[in-house]
Amino acid sequence: MRLEPRGKRPLRILIGYPVAALAASVVFCALLVMLSGASPFSVLGLMVKGALGSQFAFLETLTRATPLIFTGLAVAVAFRAKLWNIGAEAQLYAGAVMTVVLGTGLLPLPQPILIPVLMAAAMLGGALVLSVPTFLKTRFGVDEVVTTLLLNFVAVLFVSMLLEGPLKDPMGLGWPQSRKVIPEAQLPKLVEGKRLHFGFVIAIAAALVVWFIERKAALGYEMRAVGHNPKAASFAGIPVSLVLAKTALLSGGLAGLAGMTEVTGLKGNLTLDLSPGFGYTGIVVAMLALLHPMGVIAAAIFVAAIFVGADAMSRTAGVPSYIAHVMVALSLLSMVTAVMLTRYRIRWQSYGRA
Amino acid sequence: MSGSDAGEHEIVLKLSGITKRFGPLTANDAISLSLRRGEIVGLLGENGAGKTTLMNILFGHYVAEEGTIEIEGEPLQPGSPAASIKAGVGMVHQHFALADNLTVLDNIVLGTESLLSLSSDRGRARRRIRELGKTFGLAVDPDATVATLSVGERQRVAILKALYREAKILILDEPTAVLTPQETASLFETLKRFVAKGLSIVFISHKLHEILAVCHRVAVLRGGKLVAERDVAGATRAELAELMVGRAIPQAKAEPQVGGAVALHLHTVSARKASKYLHNVTLELRAGEILGIAGVSGNGQSLLADVVGGVVAPKAGTITLNGFELTEISPRVMVAGGMARIPEDRHAEGLITDMTVTENVISESYRTSRFAKAGLIDWAKARAFAQNIIGDYAVKCPSPEAPVRLLSGGNMQKLILGRVMANGPRVILANQPTRGLDVGAISYVHGQLLAARKRGAAILLISEDLDELLSLADRIAVMHRGRLSPPMLRSNVTIQDLGLMMVGHGFEIESADAA
Amino acid sequence: MDALEILFTASLWAAAVRIASPLIFATLGELICERAGVLNLGIEGIMTAGAFAGWLTVFLGGDLWLGVAVAALTGAAFGLLHGFLVVPLGLSQHVTGIGITLLATSLSYYAYRLSFPQVTSPPRIEPFQPWPIPLLSDIPVIGEALFRQTPLTYLAFVAVAVVAWLLYRTPAGLAIRTVGENPQAAEAQGIDVIWVRIAAVMFGSALMGIGGSFLTLSAFNSFFFEMINGRGWIAVALVVFGSWRPGKALLGAFLFGAFDAYQLRLQQLAGAYVPYQVFLMLPFILSIFALIVMSRRAAYPRALMIPYRKGER
Repeated sequence: MRLEPRGKRPLRILIGYPVAALAASVVFCALLVMLSGASPFSVLGLMVKGALGSQFAFLETLTRATPLIFTGLAVAVAFRAKLWNIGAEAQLYAGAVMTVVLGTGLLPLPQPILIPVLMAAAMLGGALVLSVPTFLKTRFGVDEVVTTLLLNFVAVLFVSMLLEGPLKDPMGLGWPQSRKVIPEAQLPKLVEGKRLHFGFVIAIAAALVVWFIERKAALGYEMRAVGHNPKAASFAGIPVSLVLAKTALLSGGLAGLAGMTEVTGLKGNLTLDLSPGFGYTGIVVAMLALLHPMGVIAAAIFVAAIFVGADAMSRTAGVPSYIAHVMVALSLLSMVTAVMLTRYRIRWQSYGRA
Repeated sequence: MSGSDAGEHEIVLKLSGITKRFGPLTANDAISLSLRRGEIVGLLGENGAGKTTLMNILFGHYVAEEGTIEIEGEPLQPGSPAASIKAGVGMVHQHFALADNLTVLDNIVLGTESLLSLSSDRGRARRRIRELGKTFGLAVDPDATVATLSVGERQRVAILKALYREAKILILDEPTAVLTPQETASLFETLKRFVAKGLSIVFISHKLHEILAVCHRVAVLRGGKLVAERDVAGATRAELAELMVGRAIPQAKAEPQVGGAVALHLHTVSARKASKYLHNVTLELRAGEILGIAGVSGNGQSLLADVVGGVVAPKAGTITLNGFELTEISPRVMVAGGMARIPEDRHAEGLITDMTVTENVISESYRTSRFAKAGLIDWAKARAFAQNIIGDYAVKCPSPEAPVRLLSGGNMQKLILGRVMANGPRVILANQPTRGLDVGAISYVHGQLLAARKRGAAILLISEDLDELLSLADRIAVMHRGRLSPPMLRSNVTIQDLGLMMVGHGFEIESADAA
Repeated sequence: MDALEILFTASLWAAAVRIASPLIFATLGELICERAGVLNLGIEGIMTAGAFAGWLTVFLGGDLWLGVAVAALTGAAFGLLHGFLVVPLGLSQHVTGIGITLLATSLSYYAYRLSFPQVTSPPRIEPFQPWPIPLLSDIPVIGEALFRQTPLTYLAFVAVAVVAWLLYRTPAGLAIRTVGENPQAAEAQGIDVIWVRIAAVMFGSALMGIGGSFLTLSAFNSFFFEMINGRGWIAVALVVFGSWRPGKALLGAFLFGAFDAYQLRLQQLAGAYVPYQVFLMLPFILSIFALIVMSRRAAYPRALMIPYRKGER
């Protein structure tokens, strides 16, 4: 079996293959659903209804997509520079911690000032967390995949420690949770009575900013160059370590914003279950989006729809909601395969082993 | 070489109508070639003519679209190095195909025992390697790690690898590219010994004088086609050169001249990178001259290029560029000082092949006011710059937005030249600038360097090709184990002198801690 | 008992060996994959799947060793998927590995919830019991630490010897090492690089699966979510720390186990002064330090993570 670069990439392949990939994931999940005794069609129907079937459902999907847009952007920005940021989870919690430290009464500022301050603090928190593995990479050559991963575990333990200690809510009846953020810190809701909050707008804005940086800014060019070929970039005079540091600040900052918006827009305080794996799901979102900032928005909504739909379906049909996680993981693998197949053709030789 | 001795022997290898295509490119076009026992056939052609591709098909790395191969009358199973090795084909690849971090023994023994076997008879293998080494004069320590061996020793290992597997047909791909003249002569003696024992050899090269020195017959490839087969006994260099290239290409040659003011001065520079080092290197590069640096690959030339190019900062010594002593060494400083750097490896260092032509031409200047304002890049200006270079340097590419990986090697080199020469640089660092290029591209590069010299630029030309140095350089210095000899006038030096210096003659004996 | 006295108790060292055992399997498994040039970030998920599959087999009535075998096969199956995607198809090893972890983990959780929808406390099985080795297990301290363990721990020791023999004394091991150093060199000797890499990844993943099953069949007796808790990633760090050598990997796993066992006991001592989370963080931080220390001298397989395209020269 051999791979041969395709000369032409007609639209039907560029669109058809990814669609086929997602369809294949759906089919596989349908088989899993059948194992549980439920009908895959009714399950799929319930999922679609649960995610998109009503205004309530759709807004819920967008709400769920908000942190995924941030972590998706964070991962996409980092992966472009071949900085393997698997630690968006830790950076998200760092952002949430900063938000809760400053936003529960320490800074009695009016809302138009407090919110940007909290955003900046959250970005700083996330950036600092990613800058440690990045520094270890540029200075010592330590692979950032493992360090960012291990820091996720450290971060969760650290947050647990804070929630049982200095950040503990005195009126929380003993549960490990932080105080609620003050009203000035809370992001306004976008629709009366629903959960969709201003964080969604910030997320879209963030995606536009990232898009602008990638296309127009010298930094965007540098990140691309470093990601494609750090040796050639360095030869040309591009300061690779500095570029990676800036990438870390941007990527970590975006993940930190995920934490901030979840706290100030949705939950109101910090608990250990603030993030059910948004950092890891962000990787799937980024890859489904092919690392494109605008694609991240679409991919985040798609993935959020799967989770929201599965939750709703699970309550009715009794199929474990983990089917959503399986679906998302399969989408990732099938999507990267499909994208490769749009670039290369597989050649089977009938003789020898070429 | 007497052709008649080999002529009576049977045919051991027969290639018939071999055609190989890579997409739209036809690398081999219906090539038919035979090899007799005890014969050395030279496969002559310029870079890109299809010689290595043809031999890769014979060895099983590639499968031909059309054609058959017979070894001693038996058809050869295509596409399987294991089958080719079993049929008696051995190949000494251009870059040796050895695992550097493993031992000589490991490299030779790999693949000779069944993968399902629970143990490995290394004692017997070791003995056999030593015997083969003695028989053919190719002694190497089987337990040495390949990374510690010199280039000549590594080639010996590659040859032993083939002999160990009882090769009857030995393919040598550009074997002399990395050898000194003396090592080349020694290799030719070894080949004669092989042939006396009944081996047949295919000798791939683009160097005419070597083909004439050692082969019985020569097959000339051009543009993927076999254009001629001659007995070496009757052939002339001129005839073969014309067959090889197909047209008259002006040989770049210039009268040596003396340089003007010192543009670049390295004073007792020492540096270190991984296992390579420079010791007390002093050189003066003058305006309007080409200073050639000769040396066997791996003696510090790459590090010298890195230091001069600003990629590696020296640990001791000073560098003065255009009269200013440099306090900071970085690529930006060198570029800002008016230096054009042509790196050794187009793909790894010179260009980012997944990015477009436009993106690549601004890689050294994207932050200057010419292309950037307030941290934003003016892509319209960048595209215009790319268009200029494409036009001025005749770079063949679909468009400025095409990814660079679509360009041929020669066009990539032209793009690099365009990028670095566009501003009329005062100092040019050319590191193996014509490696892997076809004759047309080589001639173009030489022309550009000579034109720059005429304009008064100072050129440092590092090259493993002695012919190139002897036709272009005004002065030549030799690198050996991180030390640089004093430069000599080209008119005062012969290829033999250079060969001797490349292995260390003439360098002072340093104290025990050296090298 | 004070902090220093703990170091002399047999129970500390026995716990150290117990904690090290799954890490030994996981590290050996990752080591083989990386020696062949393939980074396998699916390790965390594969261990999860191995833990679940092995446990489920025993829960459904199978023999403990059958559970181990099923765990190994489960690991090998995911290894085959990972190998197929990254070797012949050449997909990014980082992304595919994370995808495999997500897939294996989510499949395990889904299957678990499917099998036990209503339980609040995880169902139990009868795990491996310690097999004391006669005579040797009576040696003070060392006896209890090394020779009063469950059979899976002994299997871990055996695995180290087997992997070392495989890598350094068999033609297959030489093929694996060469394929990870310079695949073109292996191809030039007639080796099928693709199959050797896939086989190495499958074998390594099988070991990872066994490592996961240690947790459900030996250390504990039930399966619960998040039970792998980062051990897979720690194993990846230990591979670097052990310079990709089986003997050093054993040493690294053991040192880590000792540290973890010690940290657990310190919690009981100092729990009043220092939050227990600090102790739980230490093993992860230690792993990061181990990476920093070893990265200077990293003698990694040269072709690690570089995709192989046949015939590309």
